[in-house]
Amino acid sequence: MSPAETTIPQGYGKVFSRPQSLSDAPTTYCPGCLHGVATRLIAEVIDELGIKDRTVGIAPVGCAVFLYRFYNLDFVQASHGRACAVATGLKRANSDLMVFSYQGDGDLAAIGTAETVHAANRGENFTVVFINNQIYGMTGGEMAPTTLPGQRTTTTPRGRDVASTGYPLRISEMLAQLDGPRYITRQSLHDAPHIAKSRKALLTAFSNQLEGKGFSMVELVAACPTNFKMSPDKANKWLVEQALPAYPLGDLKVKE
Amino acid sequence: MSLQLMRGNEAIAEAAIRAGCRCYFCYPITPQGELVEYMARELPTRGGEFLQAESEVSAINMVYGAAAAGVRTMTSSSSPGISLKMEGISYMAGARLPGVIVNIMRGGPGLGNIAPAQADYFQATKGGGHGDYRLITLAPSTVPEAAELVMEAFELSDRYRVPAMILADGMLGQMMEPVELPEPVDPADIPARPWALTGAKGRDPNVVLSFDLDPQGLKKMNQELQAIYRQIQHNEIRWEESHTEDAELLLVAYGTMGRIARTVARLAREEGIRAGLIRPITLWPFPYDPIRQAAQSVSTVLTLELSAGQMWEDVQLAVGQRADTPFYGELGGVVPTPRQILKEVKRYVSS
Repeated sequence: MSPAETTIPQGYGKVFSRPQSLSDAPTTYCPGCLHGVATRLIAEVIDELGIKDRTVGIAPVGCAVFLYRFYNLDFVQASHGRACAVATGLKRANSDLMVFSYQGDGDLAAIGTAETVHAANRGENFTVVFINNQIYGMTGGEMAPTTLPGQRTTTTPRGRDVASTGYPLRISEMLAQLDGPRYITRQSLHDAPHIAKSRKALLTAFSNQLEGKGFSMVELVAACPTNFKMSPDKANKWLVEQALPAYPLGDLKVKE
Repeated sequence: MSLQLMRGNEAIAEAAIRAGCRCYFCYPITPQGELVEYMARELPTRGGEFLQAESEVSAINMVYGAAAAGVRTMTSSSSPGISLKMEGISYMAGARLPGVIVNIMRGGPGLGNIAPAQADYFQATKGGGHGDYRLITLAPSTVPEAAELVMEAFELSDRYRVPAMILADGMLGQMMEPVELPEPVDPADIPARPWALTGAKGRDPNVVLSFDLDPQGLKKMNQELQAIYRQIQHNEIRWEESHTEDAELLLVAYGTMGRIARTVARLAREEGIRAGLIRPITLWPFPYDPIRQAAQSVSTVLTLELSAGQMWEDVQLAVGQRADTPFYGELGGVVPTPRQILKEVKRYVSS
């Protein structure tokens, strides 16, 4: 039912509705997937800042490839890993645009590492939302650069062996070492208080862009229940117990 | 008329600025360094954006982003760098984004060398990237023509919403010639881009995509692309033709080799050999019909290239059994003299 068709009975007030920046298309995420939470938070922030009419989103390759369907925004789909280069092109062509990329860990921290590092180092004035769920979702649960030691995936069936495949890549810590970025933070989506903090971080990141302050990245630690082969509840518990010790939360860089 | 002595690479850069190129992204590589340097010096002072990217891959994806934002945009490189751009070119073709790519070819494969070569013909005209797409490919043979064709590449790319390539080589990039530069394009004459990503203000959102997971949908997208390609093949074939009316032998060559072939034809005529020349200017779409027609009345169609014979395949397709279709090529960045080629010509005429 569209909002126009909803009648609010007398004595009641509307306290919750779909952000204007979201379309009414259902998402294609799996049940319990935290992409949906991140997708909505971004829409809320865009609404709050009143920038819907000048925002361009960049959809990655991966589970969020259909992102353009979920938003009421101009959108471009980038080739795998190249979102930060595409964002650079958009923003350099039209600095009035508010540009954000939405990228998973394979996209941003494996195939797109170079694009990410150099866009951050140039201090490009756009916003990156980085979903770290420690796995490749869309292709069927393969090892990501963020996969934890010992974690079983379809390409690490005996668990990730660091001697052969390396260690979880903490790309936010890497970027925080650079002089270029304005704001690098890591938050989590596993429960309501952390979702509220994630929203606040996204608001900061988009506000930075609006004020021309440069590159901001919000890493959101999330679970992929389908490929973890866990219930959503168990996946979130696993996140707290296993993933968060490897990916400590908080601001990694705030350049004043 | 004001003539300026300019290097090919610089004339290409200046022409791009005059064509209204607002964003240029690059990665340094020889032998097109002067193009990058010219843009770095000039573009920012003339209302444009210059950025040296971290890689060729990033540079072409910046072009993809700037094109999506609705501005005229360009990147340039040389053979190994163009290989890296192929993914991005395929995405541009799929997403229907205009943009110009300049390839100042050098010797290959692999790192090859920095000498002039024409061994990227297949890559430019037969795919290069993945999927059923075509790339408008313009091949200048002089510095003034390079400047003209850059303007043309932007126009064609905009008109059909497909990427276009300038395929030149290290010789053309490096040589200096007098050029009468084209008049700058009036920004008002640049076609509107209602599909561009400018923020969905007062309209439905625009999306720029190169995919459709539904096979029927992707089939339709491909059919639309093919229809555009047919239009381009119908409307945009360009070639130069000289002395074909009475020719007994037809030379077919493009770019630097096309220029050498002009001298070869003249020398041959001086020695009583009735040589004609067809110089393809668009390599895709390829001038099959003009070559087929010119081949009706000759016994030999000799293809000349700085490669092992790439365009040669298209010439053979055009000529079929109408005439003999021998090939003469040089490899590895070696450029033959007209006299060397004349010897070949004489061989075919005497036989």
